[in-house]
Amino acid sequence: MTATLSTVDTLVGVDVAGRLRANRRRRAARSAAVTLGLAVLVFALFVVTMMVGSFRIGALEVVSSVLHLSDNAGVDFVVRELRLPTAFSALAVGLALGASGTIFQQLLRNPLASPDFVGITSGAGLAAVVGIVVLQAGGLVISGLALGGAIASALLMYVLAWRDGISGYRFILIGIGVAAFLDGLTGFVLTRAQLFEARQAMHWLTGSVGQASDVELRLLVGGLIVLLPLAVLLQRPLRALELGDDSARTLGTRTELSRAALLGTALVLVALAVSVAGPIVFVALVAGPIANRLLGAATGGIVPAALVGAALLLAADLVAVHVLPTPLPTGVVTGAVGAPYLLWLLATTNRQGAGG
Amino acid sequence: MSAARPPATARRAAALGPGLVALCGVLAVVAFLSVTLGSRDIGLSEVLRALGNWTDDGSISSTVTLQLRVPRTLLGILVGAALGVAGVILQGVTRNPLADAGIMGINSGAAAFVVFAITVLGLRGVGVYVWFAFAGAIVALILVYAIASFGREGATPVKLALAGAAVTAGLASITSGIVMTNVDALNELRFWQVGSLAGRYAPILTGVAPFLLLGLAASLGLGRALNGLALGEDVARGLGQHIGRTRLAAFAVVAVLAGAATAACGPIVFVGLVVPHLARFICGPDYRWILPYSMLLAPIVLLLADVLGRVAARPDEVQVGVVLGVVCAPAFVAIVRYARLSEV
Repeated sequence: MTATLSTVDTLVGVDVAGRLRANRRRRAARSAAVTLGLAVLVFALFVVTMMVGSFRIGALEVVSSVLHLSDNAGVDFVVRELRLPTAFSALAVGLALGASGTIFQQLLRNPLASPDFVGITSGAGLAAVVGIVVLQAGGLVISGLALGGAIASALLMYVLAWRDGISGYRFILIGIGVAAFLDGLTGFVLTRAQLFEARQAMHWLTGSVGQASDVELRLLVGGLIVLLPLAVLLQRPLRALELGDDSARTLGTRTELSRAALLGTALVLVALAVSVAGPIVFVALVAGPIANRLLGAATGGIVPAALVGAALLLAADLVAVHVLPTPLPTGVVTGAVGAPYLLWLLATTNRQGAGG
Repeated sequence: MSAARPPATARRAAALGPGLVALCGVLAVVAFLSVTLGSRDIGLSEVLRALGNWTDDGSISSTVTLQLRVPRTLLGILVGAALGVAGVILQGVTRNPLADAGIMGINSGAAAFVVFAITVLGLRGVGVYVWFAFAGAIVALILVYAIASFGREGATPVKLALAGAAVTAGLASITSGIVMTNVDALNELRFWQVGSLAGRYAPILTGVAPFLLLGLAASLGLGRALNGLALGEDVARGLGQHIGRTRLAAFAVVAVLAGAATAACGPIVFVGLVVPHLARFICGPDYRWILPYSMLLAPIVLLLADVLGRVAARPDEVQVGVVLGVVCAPAFVAIVRYARLSEV
């Protein structure tokens, strides 16, 4: 490589290899800076979430209380018992949605291919709505049903789309079919329900981070700790897949295995997120594009996308609970928080779009 | 993507014309079923007598046939064709197999305006919702197109997709925020948002039919332009196409078609997304064929689903949106599994 490049250098009279190296360095530096900036933003939002409310607490007090450094019974109760679970759930759900969304979009090479699109959230929604309307269940049962529904519909899609491997286009079409099937059933159940249960079901379908119980949250956090690093490790083959299957094979990627592993990771992440907070729309869809826009040339980072997801969800929850006259489910606000920012990005973007 | 045309392609091209005629026949049969079958059991001879008279003589069979089933069937044909064609055009313009009018903000715009009519203006009734939904759909589409047109490149496929997602999410947020705090609105909306041909009487048909017919006629002129876009923008430009103008014309046609269809029947999902793919399985990549095929396939699918919903749960009805999901989606999945796909 360097040999040929040095020949080129002598021919052209330019230090090509040096320029390439400098380019790579610039990209890495920008990526690191963006990731760090996003992490700081997410941390700030996380702390602010625990500061505000009917009882205001200072930032330092919050941090020391969470880290068990202080000893003030009143503050500790409010922070650790009341606010930490919600803040933590917004953080974890946002990370999971952002990561899985960007993995989906990159794997299927389609900016619209968020997990909401392909049956997974529909499966969770159907199971939960049936639980609410037919079984009149609540709490943990609903979360369990949602998790089961998400995983069952993901498996169904995978089995249906499998024909000597998974082609992105076929997977997308099958996903549309499965999602339409499940949404049809959900709509049917909703029109047959009593108004009271229909309201409850609609509430769940909107999604909210304040409804999580400890058990689901622990599951999600455990999943994140295992799966997020795994997803980052799997990024190398993912990068090769972006060039197209044939090129990826030439580069020695075992396409089918990487794709299956990555899809599995993204599926489990989104299933856990939905079981904790319900199907919160929009976050998984735009976290990737927003992160890419911030990253410039170094696109496709899973960690930045996850952080964008977390920032969106934390901000949305702050707005939903504290800014609006009546507290509403988080999912009502995610679109209202994310949309303007995305529109601004679109308005200022000059990069050429390549159709899915 | 080989350059040589395999003989199968030539054979298929020769069969496409007769296939179109055959589809017309199928559509006629399905339309006949839609008039003769329904949630109320009326004998075939009664239906034929009513159709023969063509004036309502006050008998139940005559009233149901002429006042309910005939308008409903005609509406199903027009709305189905409109949704199918709108889906083809959007998928072609955005070069994205996932594109349909719903993603471009049509449904969320319509829903937002309907909810506005219910909560702020205190209006009720399908006949009122039609015009609010139409206005909302058009406003949403204009918004999406305007946002995507910012920047140097104009409305590129990716920007259209993202703008559609953003507008949809923003509008849906507002709608669900209102619905969460207003029980009345929620109750009305949960029935409106399933999408149905039921309860849409003659006045609604005559209200939206001109828009739909106009849009359908205009759409047939877009085949060549879409073929050009499918080759990639640079090639299309090289062939002397004006990309921006093509996109704008396509969007205008979609706005009229999908806007009027959604206004008349609520957000009917699936048809606009899936029928273009079915047409592509049959015709291959030539949009001059895909457009008319979708125009016939979509109403066949929609009317079949509607008839099924009417006879499956007598004396009740199942909304067509539900039937489409529960019956047609599995059929579509089966086709996708075993068909050789041609990409968008």
